[in-house]
Amino acid sequence: MNGHLLEVRDLHAEAGGREVVHGLDLTVRGGEVHVIMGPNGSGKSTLAHALMGRPGTRVTGGSIRLDGVELVGLPAWERARAGLFLALQQPVEVPGVSLQSALAEALDQPGRAGLAQRLAEEAASIGFDRRFLDRALNVDLSGGERKRNEILQLGVLRPPFCVLDEIDSGLDVDALAAVARRLEQATTEWGLGVVAITHFHRLLVELRADAIHVLVDGRIVSTGGPELAAELEQTGYRSYGVA
Amino acid sequence: MRGPEWLRRRRSEAFEEFVTTPWPSAKEDVWRYSPIEALDLDAYRPVGDRTATEPPAALDALVARVAPHGAVVTRDGVRDIGPGLSPVALPNGVSIASAEHPGALGTVLDGGDALVRLHDAFVSDPVVIEVAAGAVVDRPVVVVHWIGGAPGTGDPAPAVFPRTVVHVGRAARASVVEVVAGVTGDLRGLVVPVTELDVDQEGQLDYVGLQVLGTGAWHVGRLAGRVGTDAALRSFTLGLGGSYARLRTDAAAAGARGRCELRSAYVGSGDQVHDIRTLQDHLAPHTTSDLLCKGAVAGAARSVYSGLIRVRRGAVRSEALQTNHNLVLDGGSHADSVPNLDIEENDVRCTHASTVGPVDEDQLYYLESRGVAPDRAERLVVSGFFGDVIARSPVPSVVGVLEDEVGARLDRITSGGVDA
Repeated sequence: MNGHLLEVRDLHAEAGGREVVHGLDLTVRGGEVHVIMGPNGSGKSTLAHALMGRPGTRVTGGSIRLDGVELVGLPAWERARAGLFLALQQPVEVPGVSLQSALAEALDQPGRAGLAQRLAEEAASIGFDRRFLDRALNVDLSGGERKRNEILQLGVLRPPFCVLDEIDSGLDVDALAAVARRLEQATTEWGLGVVAITHFHRLLVELRADAIHVLVDGRIVSTGGPELAAELEQTGYRSYGVA
Repeated sequence: MRGPEWLRRRRSEAFEEFVTTPWPSAKEDVWRYSPIEALDLDAYRPVGDRTATEPPAALDALVARVAPHGAVVTRDGVRDIGPGLSPVALPNGVSIASAEHPGALGTVLDGGDALVRLHDAFVSDPVVIEVAAGAVVDRPVVVVHWIGGAPGTGDPAPAVFPRTVVHVGRAARASVVEVVAGVTGDLRGLVVPVTELDVDQEGQLDYVGLQVLGTGAWHVGRLAGRVGTDAALRSFTLGLGGSYARLRTDAAAAGARGRCELRSAYVGSGDQVHDIRTLQDHLAPHTTSDLLCKGAVAGAARSVYSGLIRVRRGAVRSEALQTNHNLVLDGGSHADSVPNLDIEENDVRCTHASTVGPVDEDQLYYLESRGVAPDRAERLVVSGFFGDVIARSPVPSVVGVLEDEVGARLDRITSGGVDA
């Protein structure tokens, strides 16, 4: 699709002092959609935060390279500037801080010329109520509205890669479809590479995936195409030794 | 000191009372955690009727920003129209007197601790704002108290006692902005302001108090409000300056269905001490009070918030809400938050909440995961913390000034430099 490349090699990560991700490999090219599925406790959120560099989630081994730049050791904001975006599972409220002022800082664009217009366009594309654009970040938004807000920010920031941590939770069927359409569009629009981490199969109903990975106990135990989704739908994670 | 006979007599009576009133002690609840015992009165001298300083250009700029249509100005507590200060054009329904009749002072706050007695003994020109019954005043009346200060080299520094009284008549509506400024740079000074806000039946007063003294000032202020039946007081006070800056706000809902909405904020840095005391006093049935107070301390600054909700017997079906949030931005800074309830009636609803802590890590991580640099993320979160309360200022025309004043302090704090 384009030249961007995200390479995760033998990644080990700790959360709360305990190793949760035990040597994970993943290669994502610009424009590809990878879905990582795993049961509760398989290390999904730790993986997401290890990629983004959340304080308290420690990478103890391996590497994360984005277009050849090593992200391990960089703080979250520098990883974001290098081209990685994380849509959080539970986006927090930031009282008094508008979406526009936060994104103006993220883009180093204090003039904000055109930013309001971009926000309005992105809001329209995913059915995010324009009235919410004037609210403080996530304040008084429902879980589903917060998820749309993450995708809206993704659309404004246009990073080469995004990691989506349970983007499907809290979204109803229509909202999930709108988000999935926007993501697929982004893969061609600017060659976005997607790593969608989820517990649920239903994301795969809406989002066309180039590769599906099954995460169990901090390792990818199986990788495949749509046939793997069908298998997971039938048997769940049982065949991987998970009840 | 000048003034009508009754005022001069009031001063001397207050002075006699001051002499016999014990100096506050940090052992008293209402002074706990305060450094009041360290205040050396001998280091100050009442200014009296002298206006020591010409108004600086900074005063004009401040007045122009807050009050494009002019302000009532006192310099070192003395009301006069000096060079560069034009007489204020008052809105219809508003008149200003300098305490021409007995009873203009002390309708809301009469007597009190040693500092109030001291104030009453040395107050020079009280500013008394009278809003006629039924008047609806559409632009704020602005009062500026400019305090000159003096270099702290041997000679006593000036002590100034600004007094503002607002009386809103029955079914009248008005807004008042009061600014206490001065004692800039390395200068020193003691400022002991008393403000009385008296709102008659069905009246409404919107009040903003802005304290932007330099960090060489000691500020020991009292704000006392009272609302009558079906009346409302909405206030916002912002404390930014002062070495020690205390503001005690007592709001009495004295008439049935009276409402008090109290907002305040403070920012401390360097070795400033902010001392905020509030009393929500419910004396009548179906009264409501809603208090939100937010502060931040950085460097070696500290703050005390102590708030009491009191519901007197007979104040049935009253509702009181009290919230205090504190951001502690550095390891050397400290905030205390002490909520108290004194409820004498059963059928009431009172809630209080308080937090003390650093900037929320999840909020910072959220912004940083978008690519916002850590110092900018902290600046955004902290200014949002204050923006949230400033936006609720009851006088919309000063919101921009309040944001800029807070923003200027936050720029100094979050740029990591040592604040003056």
